[in-house]
Order: sequence, then structure tokens, then C-alpha cells
Amino acid sequence: MAVMKKKGEREVPAMSTTSLPDVVYIILFFFMLSTSMRDQELLVTYKLPEATEVQKLEKKNLVSYIHVGVPSLNMQAKFGTAPRIQLNDSYKTTKDILDFIAGERDNLNESDRASMTVCLKADENTKMGVVADVKQELRRANALKLSYASSKVLNY
Amino acid sequence: MAKKKNIPEINASSQADIAFTVLIFFLVVSTMDIDTGIVRVLPPMADPNVKQEDIKVKERNLLLVFVSGSGNIMAGGKVISLNALKDKAKEFILNPLDDKDLPEKKATEIEMPDGSKWSYPVSEGVISLQNTRDTSYQVYIQVQNELTRAFNEVRDEVAMSKFGKKFADLDEAERKVITKAIPMKISEAEPRKMVK
Repeated sequence: MAVMKKKGEREVPAMSTTSLPDVVYIILFFFMLSTSMRDQELLVTYKLPEATEVQKLEKKNLVSYIHVGVPSLNMQAKFGTAPRIQLNDSYKTTKDILDFIAGERDNLNESDRASMTVCLKADENTKMGVVADVKQELRRANALKLSYASSKVLNY
Repeated sequence: MAKKKNIPEINASSQADIAFTVLIFFLVVSTMDIDTGIVRVLPPMADPNVKQEDIKVKERNLLLVFVSGSGNIMAGGKVISLNALKDKAKEFILNPLDDKDLPEKKATEIEMPDGSKWSYPVSEGVISLQNTRDTSYQVYIQVQNELTRAFNEVRDEVAMSKFGKKFADLDEAERKVITKAIPMKISEAEPRKMVK
């Protein structure tokens, strides 16, 4: 006959946590695959305009970014609050776009150069004069695929 | 004789902590936002050595959309609200009643993915978007958005009647057919100098 244990002595065994690292590793790998590294520090602040008919920008390595906006708070003492153009990691003027595009184009494979896209991230309060200057420079640099970055909303 | 030694098991309880630390590091330094935007193809820069011939566009084939500095929108000579712009553009693209003041259509043979030909009256209309230097970017994007929406809705309608699917659900070849039937012709001119 089985030995009956007394009721009070039964203990809940400690939960095994040996699989916890595995679970965490799975989450870690998911994040490593699905995210991309932050590659630039923003020196300007902007709030993107809203639009409903937006397209996703795929193939991030083919995309070059031009940021237009008010200098961020810690830079305002030095650079004021007039909208600035940021290329790579510094403030630039429209004249530098030509060199910037040429540099970005050099970084790409020969076969990818035709599908290079410029993503223009401009603050919604920017005047079109600045944007038009950028567009003219892009035309001059022959970077014709342009995406006006805007955040997706379902309706206004 | 060597004594049989009991090797103690390595304590793996801190491995979870290490993994958590690495996980949090990745969460902080990486971004997940996907860039979205309204995609446009700019016209190439005109060659200064080649003399420019003015391309004559018939007046009925041109819809002039002008965005003023104060954010007012003018389409086809009339002040129009942002909400009405989409329908105006759609009417312009489709010209359903073959109105004499709206763009003419040219029957074009379009090759279908299965090899057959499909004749569709392709509109000759061009929407010309103009703005001043002090137009706000936000209004400009809203106008661009409305025009894109007009084109997308027309494409959806045509795709629905031709393939029974929405434009976004079509495959590459079918999408090409619809894009040929409804080309997105939006011309973005350089900003106007305000004449006072």
C-alpha cells in the first residue's frame, strides 16, 4: 500500500526558470531582426504633416534623408530658430545638397543607383520656399525620386 | 586512484538577466518606425544647351491648382475648399460626360498580362500644381494628398471594373496596366514669384 503523506507537508516545487533565458533570447532576436539602428542624431525638430495616401519606403539602404526644421532646443542658442536643413550630422545649406547626393550615390551599388530615393522630412510649418529650393537642387543633382515624409492618418 | 569528482552544475539563473540587458540595449538603440510618405518623381532638369520648346497644352487638358500663401486653394480659376478638391480632380481625370471643357481622351491599346489588348480612353489631362514661396508645407502636402487620393480612387474604380480587385491588391503586371490607363500626371512647377 502506498505510503500516505501527511497533508501539511506537501510543498510546491520551485518553478523551473531554465527556459526563461531562451524566451528572452527569442524576443531579443525578434527585435534585432525587425528594427533598424538609429543612424543619425537629429539636430532639428519637426512634426511631419499628416496625409492619408502615403506609401511605405522600403529598402532603407536606398533612402537618403534630408531633414528640414527648427534647430533642436539645445542648439537654438547658437543657431536661432529659423528653419535649417540637416544633411548627415550637421546643418547645411541648399548648396551642399549636390555634394550630399553625389556622396550618397557613391555609397550605393551601381545597380541600385537608379532606384535611390530621397526622403524629405520637413516640418509642417516650413514655408514652401525652402522646400522648393531643396527640390530644385535635387533636380540639379538628378535625384528625382522624392518622398514627402508624412505620417499616416486615417482621415483628417 | 583518482577520486570521482562531482562537477557542480553551472548556475544558469543569471543568464536571463544577461539576456534582458542585451534586449533592453537593443530596444533603446534601435528604431522600428517605418518611413511613410507621398512619393513623387521630379521632372529632370532641363538641359540649358538645348533650346526649350514650349510644350503647348490645350487649355481643356490642364487643371491649374494654385495654393496661395494664406492657404487658399484655387482650382481651374475658382476658389475651392480642400474637401471639394478631390472630386474636382476626379471629374477632371475621368471626364465621365465627355465635357468639351474637360480633358480629351485618346483611345490607347494597352497590353494585358495575358497577352490580349485592351482599349482604354486614356485622359490627356495634366494637373499643374503651383504655389508661392510662402505657402505652408502642410497645406501643400494636404493638396498633394487630395490629388493622390483622387488618382487612387479612380485607379481603384478602374481596377475594380477590369480585374474585380482593388488597385492595391493587384499583382505587378495588372498594376502596370492600370497605371498606363490612369497615369498620374501631376506637374509641380517652380513657385511663382508674387507680383505686387
